[in-house]
Amino acid sequence: MSFPWAKQYQPTSEVGKWMDERLPLARFVHGALGPGYPTPKNLNAFYNFGVLAGVALVIQIITGVVLAMHFAADTRVAFDSVEHIMRDVNGGWMIRYMHAVGASFFFGVVYIHIFRGLYYGSYKPPREVLWMLGLVIFLLMMATAFMGYVLVWGQMSFWGAQVITGLFSAFPVVGTYIQTLLLGGFSPDNATLNRFFSLHYLLPFVTFGVIILHVWALHIPGSNNPTGVDVKSEADTVPFHPYYTAKDFVGLGIYLILFAAFVFFMPNSLGEPDNYIPANPLSTPAHIVPEWYFWPFYAILRAFTTDFLGVPAKLWGVLAMFASILLLFLLPWLDTSPVRSNNYRPLSRLLFWVFVVVAVVLGVCGGKPAEEPWVRLSQVLTAYYFAHFLIILPIVSKLEKTKPLPGSISEAVLAKYGSKSGGGDTAPLAQPAE
Amino acid sequence: MASEVRQATAEDLGPGGERRRDFLYVATAAFAGAGVVPVAWSLVNQMNPSADVLALASIDLDLSAVQPGQAIKASWRGKPVFARHLTPEEIADAKKVDVSTLRDPQKLEDRTKPGSEQWLITLGVCTHLGCVPLGAAEGEAKGDFGGYFCPCHGSHYDAAARIRKGPAPKNLEVPPYAFKSPTAVTIG
Repeated sequence: MSFPWAKQYQPTSEVGKWMDERLPLARFVHGALGPGYPTPKNLNAFYNFGVLAGVALVIQIITGVVLAMHFAADTRVAFDSVEHIMRDVNGGWMIRYMHAVGASFFFGVVYIHIFRGLYYGSYKPPREVLWMLGLVIFLLMMATAFMGYVLVWGQMSFWGAQVITGLFSAFPVVGTYIQTLLLGGFSPDNATLNRFFSLHYLLPFVTFGVIILHVWALHIPGSNNPTGVDVKSEADTVPFHPYYTAKDFVGLGIYLILFAAFVFFMPNSLGEPDNYIPANPLSTPAHIVPEWYFWPFYAILRAFTTDFLGVPAKLWGVLAMFASILLLFLLPWLDTSPVRSNNYRPLSRLLFWVFVVVAVVLGVCGGKPAEEPWVRLSQVLTAYYFAHFLIILPIVSKLEKTKPLPGSISEAVLAKYGSKSGGGDTAPLAQPAE
Repeated sequence: MASEVRQATAEDLGPGGERRRDFLYVATAAFAGAGVVPVAWSLVNQMNPSADVLALASIDLDLSAVQPGQAIKASWRGKPVFARHLTPEEIADAKKVDVSTLRDPQKLEDRTKPGSEQWLITLGVCTHLGCVPLGAAEGEAKGDFGGYFCPCHGSHYDAAARIRKGPAPKNLEVPPYAFKSPTAVTIG
């Protein structure tokens, strides 16, 4: 763990020494995110998003624990208790909006964090386990967010629960038994609401545990960096504190400004107005959609409209939706290029941006009604989504001619910023300045 | 040494070449497994519908006030149920349809009880994505085929609640039910 030139912790006071021999907590913090953790010196703003995701989770846990003090998990009163929080509880509206907007922001930050990892090849050896733990966190987040959304017991909560648990009914033979088991009944009802509340409270702490593993796995090789080149000497690194603690605080400040703007000025802009109608099992909203952060996956789910190979369309959709995420676990072995960063992979970089566009447009499709042209577009994009990982990326990583890598992080940094006279921001790293 | 009696130990090999300790391992694991499995099952099984939920798994409907052409909605297992009193014309129309042209080929007779053919009892759950179709209440759109119409994605059902047009793959599901008298029915 860490590099040989990492600063050792030296307790300065007698109390510090006494404590260090009994519970070396300060030593642990010093080595994990203090001066004792050397970090590549060229990390850009995209490397703020891991810390931001951690902060977003903490905000969710704190506001969530507070909301749970006022919420009642009973179908007869759940919706009213949410309105009670909004109208009667002191400052309850703010706490709830922080929790609701916070969920959207958490996903936004995590999506940027994931795409950062995709762009700079942070999933490649030796960080495969780190990547996979991140995906586990992502799956836990999705389950938690879905169940939390149901707790409000509005129309979209109820019908969302109906549709999502209905996915499991697509599996042959055992499907309906699984759905009944998940719901604790034949449709979403009190049993469903209570178990979702229990799990919604539990899973964030499970997530927190997996984050500890994620950070632990990060600290074994240390952070990747925009060049994708390994740290070679002390000149390539700076101590995490004060350099990245300061940088992270800048990022956090910007994040919180944006967060506050949404909480105070447009708290409902990211949500569905239908969820302010109490759940009614006998009336369906005309247009059932999940929250925006599930749209790309919802589009994949609905992209399958005909049966083929003897498998019903509905089951294809369900399998494809699960596969679209599980596929990412295999990414370190699908992309075999030894070059990590897309800065040195021209073709792969182009395909990365194509993939970003595909993912975003899939999201747009998922938020639209299941009508043309959105269904056809979803089908084409879903096909591309899978082709990107299963066909294009493996072939490109074999055939692509990559650009020469800099000898070290320092060399790359100096080529970019080093000499005041030449170079400049746009100078190619490995070529002499003209 | 020869006179000394050696104590048997768990490391000794048995006649089959296995150690006595292996037997202890297997026995311990089997015993623990036999305990863990039922405990794990009860932790899973508590999620299944409880007794009070199952107790509501069947309902009784009184159809005596439902005139031909009318329908009533009821709630069964948390899902809407449509009980529709078909008119003689609707029955005749439904029987005229060539079943082989249907997406989910079923005759009206397959979807009603013998002797009570005028009563069409189905779930009010669209087989596409689970919306509640219109057409059961007075004044609601009945779709192009005079049955039910799902507003979510435009599935049209005929008077026998068979899918005729739109994305739904199946006819509206017929729940298990039995007539106790000509106008009293138990669903579930």
